[in-house]
Amino acid sequence: MSLSKTILTSKNLTVGYKNKEVLKELDLNLRKGELTCLLGPNGSGKSTLIRSLAGIQKPLAGEVQIHDKSITEINAKEMAKTLSLVLTDRIAPGNLTVYALVSLGRFPYTSWMGALNDSDKALIQWAMEVTGSLQFADRHIGELSDGERQKVMIARALVQDTEIIVLDEPTAHLDSPNRIEIFHLLQDLTKKTGKTILISTHEIDMAIESCDNMWLVMPDKKVALGLPEELILSGSLEKAFGSEALTFDYLKGKFSKNLEGHDFIIEVIGEPVLVKWTKNAINRIQQHIKSDCQVEVLGTPKDPTWKVSGTDKKFNSLTLLISYLKTT
Amino acid sequence: MNRSSQGSNKWRLLVILILAVVVLMLLDLGLGSVRIPIADVAKILVGGAVNNEAWQAIVLKIRLPRTITAVLVGAALSVGGLQMQTLFRNPLAGPSVLGITAGASLGVAAVMLAAGSAITAFTIRSLGIGGSWLIVIAASIGAALVLLAILAISYRIRDNVVMLIVGIMVANITIAIVSIWQFFSNPEQMQEYILWTFGSLGGVTTSQLQVLGLIVSLGVLMTFALSKTLNALLLGEDYAQSMGLNIRKSRFAIIGVTSILAGAITGFCGPIGFVGIAVPHLTRSFLNTSDHRILIPSCVLVGAILMLVCDIISQVPGSNTVLPVNAITAMIGSPIVIWIIVKRRNLKASF
Repeated sequence: MSLSKTILTSKNLTVGYKNKEVLKELDLNLRKGELTCLLGPNGSGKSTLIRSLAGIQKPLAGEVQIHDKSITEINAKEMAKTLSLVLTDRIAPGNLTVYALVSLGRFPYTSWMGALNDSDKALIQWAMEVTGSLQFADRHIGELSDGERQKVMIARALVQDTEIIVLDEPTAHLDSPNRIEIFHLLQDLTKKTGKTILISTHEIDMAIESCDNMWLVMPDKKVALGLPEELILSGSLEKAFGSEALTFDYLKGKFSKNLEGHDFIIEVIGEPVLVKWTKNAINRIQQHIKSDCQVEVLGTPKDPTWKVSGTDKKFNSLTLLISYLKTT
Repeated sequence: MNRSSQGSNKWRLLVILILAVVVLMLLDLGLGSVRIPIADVAKILVGGAVNNEAWQAIVLKIRLPRTITAVLVGAALSVGGLQMQTLFRNPLAGPSVLGITAGASLGVAAVMLAAGSAITAFTIRSLGIGGSWLIVIAASIGAALVLLAILAISYRIRDNVVMLIVGIMVANITIAIVSIWQFFSNPEQMQEYILWTFGSLGGVTTSQLQVLGLIVSLGVLMTFALSKTLNALLLGEDYAQSMGLNIRKSRFAIIGVTSILAGAITGFCGPIGFVGIAVPHLTRSFLNTSDHRILIPSCVLVGAILMLVCDIISQVPGSNTVLPVNAITAMIGSPIVIWIIVKRRNLKASF
C-alpha cells in the first residue's frame, strides 16, 4: 500500500509580516484526497500560514510548491483553478441570492459576461445538493443563519472545481451541531470527490476526530506533522496547548484544569452511564469534599436514585446529592 | 419565488424604467418658461412641422441639448458612484470620492481665479459660448492630474480603505488651494467661479454634447464590461483574488473609468453632487439585487430619471427663473433616498 501522492509542499517556509516572523522553517506537505487539519491556539499564526499557502500573502522566506511547481510561477487564473478558499468572516452583500453567490465560483471559467453554460449549472446544482444548501437557492444571503451561510461558501468553493480547498477557521462563529456537520461534510467530500482539503481550526476535539493528517502549531513557531494520534502520543499536543494551568488527560483525550491534590476520594458504583455523569458532577465540587465516601447509583438513567453508603441518605435528584455532599 | 419569475420581474422593471425616461424626456422638453404640449414636442422630434415655428427652435435648439445633457449626467454619475461603492465596499462613496471633481474644480479655478482678472473676464466673455471650451479643457486637465496622482498611489497601496482615505485627502488639498485663490480674487472672479460650482445643464453646446455623449457612452459600456469583475469584488478582495482576479488591474480599470465619467461631466456641467451617491442606493433597493449586470443598466435609467425630474423642477415651469441644479438634486433627492432606505430597510444588506 503506498501513501497517497503529495500535492502541495512547502520548503523552509517562513510566514509573517514585515517585522515579525509568525511561523518559520516549515516543511509541510498535503496529500491528495486527505483532510488535513492545521491545529493551533488562537493567535498562533494559522491564518497567516493559510493565506501564504493560498498565495494571497507573500511569505517571508522559502517557497510553496503545488505539483512541484512554485506558486509564484503559477499565474492567477491557473491558481484559481487549482486552489479555492473559504474564509472565516461573514461576507458583506446580503442581497445576493445564494444561487448568484455560488455561481461566482465559476469566475475562472466563464466568459467576460459571466454567463453560465449547462455544465456550469449542473456543477452548481451538485455543489448545493452536497452541502445541503439547495433549499435556499433563491433566498438572499443576508437571510441565512451563520451555519447555512458557511455551507453556501463551501458550495462556492466546490463550484470553483479545484483540486485543493483551503478553509480558514470556517467554524469559528458556528454552534456545535453546525461545527460537527461541517467537519463531517468536509470528510465526506475528500472521500467522495478525492479533493484535498486543508482546514485550520482551534477545535481540538473535532480535529482529532475528523482529520486524516494534522499540522500542529508548536510554541517554538514550528509546525509538527503526523496523524492526530501520533502527535498525541508523542506529547506534542500537550506541548502545543498545555500550560501551567492545563494538562492533557491521555485516557480521556481532553484538556482539563489542574486540580489541587484531592485528599478524599468519592467512589461511585452503578450503571455505567449514571456513574460517568455522577462523577462529572462530583468532580466539580471536589474541593468541598471533606471525607471519603461511596455513592451507589440505583435504577436506570431514566429513573435513578442515589444512595450514600454507610448512611440512610437517599436522593432522587442529582442536585440534592450534590448539595448534600458539599455540606458534609 | 423561483429563478425564472425573478428574472422576468427584473425585465419588467427595466421596461417600466425605460418608459419613464421617455415620458420624462418629453415632459422636460415641454415644460419651462414656455409651455409646449407634449404632442407637439413629439411631432417636432420626429421632424414634423408644427404651427408655432418658435416652438421648433425652442425644443430643438435650446431644450433638447439640455434634456440630453440631463440624461448623460444622470447615467454617468450613477454608474460612477455604483462602481466606487462596490470597489470600496462603502455606502458613502460616490464618483467624486477620489478627488476627481475637486481636481476639475482646481483646473477651472486656475483659469477663473488665478490667471488674473483681466485675462479671465476677457477670455470667457469674448469667446462667448466657445469660451466654455476653455473651461472644459481646464477642468479636464485638472481632473486628469488628480487622476494620475491617484492611480500612481493606488499602484503602491494594497488596501482599498487606505486608497479611499488617500482620495479624500487629495480632494482636501485641491479644495484648500482653490480657497486660497478665492481668498485673493476680486468679487467678479469669485462670482464667476461660484456660479460654475452651482452646476448647469444648459451650458452644453451641440458640438460639446457630441463629445460628452461619446465619452459617457464609452464609459458606461466599459463599466458594463467590468460587471463580472465588480461582481467578484462583492465578496471582498481576498475571495476575488482567489478566484483569479488581478486586484491591481481591476482597481486601475474601475478608478480609470469612473474618473473619465466624473471628469467629463464636471468639465462640461460643473460639479454635480448627490446623484452619484444616491442613485446606486435607490436602484439597489428597488431591484433588491447586487448583480452588476442588472444594476448598471438600471442605474443609467434611474439616474436619467432623477436628473430629468430635477431639471424639470429647476426650470420652474411657467416662469423665467432657472434654479441651480445642484440645489435641486440635493433637495428633491435626499428626502427620496431617506424614504426609500428607511422603508425598505435593505440598505444594511447591501454592505
